[in-house]
Amino acid sequence: MSTVSVITGPRRGWRSAGTWIGAAIVGVATVCAIFAPLIVPHDPFTQDLSKRLLPPFWMAGTNPDHLLGTDQLGRDYLSRLIWGCRISMLIGITVTIVSGLIGITLGVLGGFLGGRVDDAVLFAITTRLSIPVVLVALAVVGLLGSSMALLVLTLGLLLWDRFAVVARSTTMQVRNLDFVAAAWCAGCSRARILLGEVLPNIASHLVVVATLEIALAILLEAALSFLGLGVPPPLPSWGLMIAEAKDYMFFSPWVIVIPGVALFVLVLGINLLGDGLRDLFGARSDP
Amino acid sequence: MSALLEVEQLEVSFGRTGAVRGAALTVERGETHCLVGESGCGKSVTALAVMNLLARGARRSARRLAFEGQDLTRLSDQGMAHLRGNAMAMIFQEPMTSLNPAYTVGSQMTEVLRRHKKASQRAATDRAADLLARVGITAPGLRLGQFPHQLSGGLRQRVMIAMALMCDPKLLIADEPTTALDVTVQAQILRLLASLQRDLGLGMLLITHDLGIVARVAHRVSVMYAGEVVESAPTTELFANPRHPYTQGLLRCVPVPGRIKRDQPLGSIPGTVPRIEPGFQGCAFRERCDFADATCAKTIPRHAATADHDFLCRLPA
Amino acid sequence: MGAARFSRAPRFRTKLAPAMLQFFARRLIVAILVAATVMVLAFALTRLSGDLAISIAGPNATQADVEIVRKAYGLDKPLSVQFFDWVGRAATGDLGDSYFFKKRVADLIAERMPVTFTLGLTGLVIALVVSLPLGILAAVRENTSLDRGVQLVALIGQAMPSFWLGLLLMITLGLQLGWLPISGTGSWQHYVMPGIVLAFSAIPALTRLTRAGMIQALGSDYIRTARAKGLSRAAILLKHALRNAAIPVVAIAAVQLGFMLGGSIVIEQVFALHGVGFLAWESIGKNDFPVVQAVVLVLAVIYVALTMLADLMNAVLDPRLRGP
Ligand SMILES: Nc1ncnc2c1ncn2[C@@H]1O[C@H](COP(=O)(O)OP(=O)(O)O)[C@@H](O)[C@H]1O
Ligand SMILES: [Mg+2]
Repeated sequence: MSTVSVITGPRRGWRSAGTWIGAAIVGVATVCAIFAPLIVPHDPFTQDLSKRLLPPFWMAGTNPDHLLGTDQLGRDYLSRLIWGCRISMLIGITVTIVSGLIGITLGVLGGFLGGRVDDAVLFAITTRLSIPVVLVALAVVGLLGSSMALLVLTLGLLLWDRFAVVARSTTMQVRNLDFVAAAWCAGCSRARILLGEVLPNIASHLVVVATLEIALAILLEAALSFLGLGVPPPLPSWGLMIAEAKDYMFFSPWVIVIPGVALFVLVLGINLLGDGLRDLFGARSDP
Repeated sequence: MSALLEVEQLEVSFGRTGAVRGAALTVERGETHCLVGESGCGKSVTALAVMNLLARGARRSARRLAFEGQDLTRLSDQGMAHLRGNAMAMIFQEPMTSLNPAYTVGSQMTEVLRRHKKASQRAATDRAADLLARVGITAPGLRLGQFPHQLSGGLRQRVMIAMALMCDPKLLIADEPTTALDVTVQAQILRLLASLQRDLGLGMLLITHDLGIVARVAHRVSVMYAGEVVESAPTTELFANPRHPYTQGLLRCVPVPGRIKRDQPLGSIPGTVPRIEPGFQGCAFRERCDFADATCAKTIPRHAATADHDFLCRLPA
Repeated sequence: MGAARFSRAPRFRTKLAPAMLQFFARRLIVAILVAATVMVLAFALTRLSGDLAISIAGPNATQADVEIVRKAYGLDKPLSVQFFDWVGRAATGDLGDSYFFKKRVADLIAERMPVTFTLGLTGLVIALVVSLPLGILAAVRENTSLDRGVQLVALIGQAMPSFWLGLLLMITLGLQLGWLPISGTGSWQHYVMPGIVLAFSAIPALTRLTRAGMIQALGSDYIRTARAKGLSRAAILLKHALRNAAIPVVAIAAVQLGFMLGGSIVIEQVFALHGVGFLAWESIGKNDFPVVQAVVLVLAVIYVALTMLADLMNAVLDPRLRGP
């Protein structure tokens, strides 16, 4: 297998620092997500109305038992935050798997086969881009009732466009390279060339797109949950935590600051890591 | 009166590589001075250094860099900008990309005059049309309203030349103005430059690696090698009596009708221009020179063959 | 000799080259096909949940009520008949009637569209006002700490959850500082906060594009020519470089406006702006299917129209696309 991606060499200075910060954030989030049931200090679902809206550790009147305080139903905020990380990561990754399968299949087929197939793929991408994602996702969940599986499927069906665009353009480049032509001449089958030559060579580009898509899916899930049409309560999605705490935000702003910062930092971390990978692979991720 | 352009001990480096290392040259008023040498030897960088157009990251220094006696190294960016396009103009090797694709030919030509001479749009337009006609463009009025992509390479280079002449410059620097053009167009453009130089009394620094051109248009020739001017002489003197082994090698590469017999192979200089790292000493040509010996690694003195012919080689006259 | 008159700035020529006309004819056909596909999808979307009549009649309805509803809304006819009925009427501008608002859907959308459009345009203007200078600065000072700072801003914008930013602004600018109204649509001030939030979603892309375009332009031969002509720094940057760097930016800005209009639903909900997004959100909650499918269709058509506008602006701004 030959690799096309240009290795740009070791990166120095702040950009590599950004990559490491991103990797660290993603690492911590992954650990939280996987081991959430083991590391949460309290059950994230247990309500205790006698301990409602306890402030976090940096404020007066805090309870050392609840580092980040409690929510309006007396549930431990730190535990819900960790559990929310699990949900964000889970949704980000599963949505990206679904959308990646769709987008990469379409993009590679269009880029490899060209002609009518490619026209159809381009048309599908154009149509997909014209559809307002948030609105349609809200409508589907609103109609069919909220569940994790439905949410993942809906977002997956809506977010494949960038995969398709990048897979298509990179496949076109790879298709015209000498070793692929050589494989043609050697009589390899189409499937063999696609799986053996094309996919490995566009993989680095797709990995970068995948990071961006994970970040996007996490943001969208949070927005949908915030609007009440995402993850069903009482699951502690960060978007849902913000929505539930919204009524108290003018008196105790920390109730929305904590889950919001978590969301922001996680998405920032994933994007930093993605940028780092892009530089490392010399990959493109823009359509 | 001082010469039009005086350059002494010009140094330009990009990071650790020295692109120009102590180059010297003088352009007199109304004279065509040709700068020749293999590609990569620092001709363009020298020209850009004179115009102060070097890319960011380049470092320039010179013992003397003067235009009409005015020290250019001390001139502010503002002051330099008022000379550029005005008293000293430059045209480039790439006519296809040197004009802005978003503006009409007329717009790009008139803005020079409006900037430097505070001319009215009307006057600038008239001058632009005159100059387009002067450089041999038919229907100048039509061309003024066209965009660069609507013109051929030869026409674009004519436009570049006309644009450079907008403010009646005293010095015109032309950096391989014909290299990117078809052979027939090359001859036309060169003939045009030579006639403009004569008629307008321009001082011209013409960069080329075509010695055939040099023989026809130059009053004086400077030969560059690895960032240094290794030999400089009036044209006839240089062709008749080349002193530096590199110049001799270059001349052997040119077929001169009458002097070269049929079927006799043309000469060529083996090897390539070395990369000059800091701390380099001696003659940069020694690796490729037939006459080199151990003394070539020491500092080389500049010899004068005649009053206006000097060269940089340890071999004496 | 006398010079013919010519324009200083490239003038817009209404006469497009035949190749361009063909290009736009093809784009128009694609646009119509996209709209048709979206109609099918929007129709299918609202039929996902099975029996519409039961949803409309509500949880306490009897079987008889449901049958009445089914008849009244034409839901007893075959799906294909319902679909072509909808398409036929939509083609004449009749998007059906809202179950909940008891109004023509077209009127409802027309009533709410100004709010969404004002919001989208405000967001776009703010995004451009921020992105263009930032992108230019970053390009001029490429690889300095200023450049890195700008790229960091873009990264932050990309990671910012818009609804959360909206809430933070409400707490700070609205409640604590009292500079801006917190929600509603009474005055122009009401659009500032939501406009800022919406702008955040477009700033990263626009800034990066401006920066990349300027870096490319500044490294080009024609900028070297402009410098050789002794032009002022401002003329070099703003006239010669920005003019070329702006071509893709302007085109993408139109597309971004399309995304903003489609994505404003969250922000309209946060700030209680009663635009089209808010209408859609209300309708989803009320199972008001004609409204939902119509809003999806209208937003899609607007997006497609904006992408065509972007292509047209490209042709206007780039003389090379206008043919020889
Ligand atoms: N912008 C630049 N950055 C780094 N090195 C440069 C740059 N411009 C020129 N050089 C180096 O300077 C040397 C001389 O280049 P140049 O003057 O363009 O040669 P030529 O004689 O063909 O015009 C070359 O070796 C080149 O690598
Ligand atoms: Mg050169």
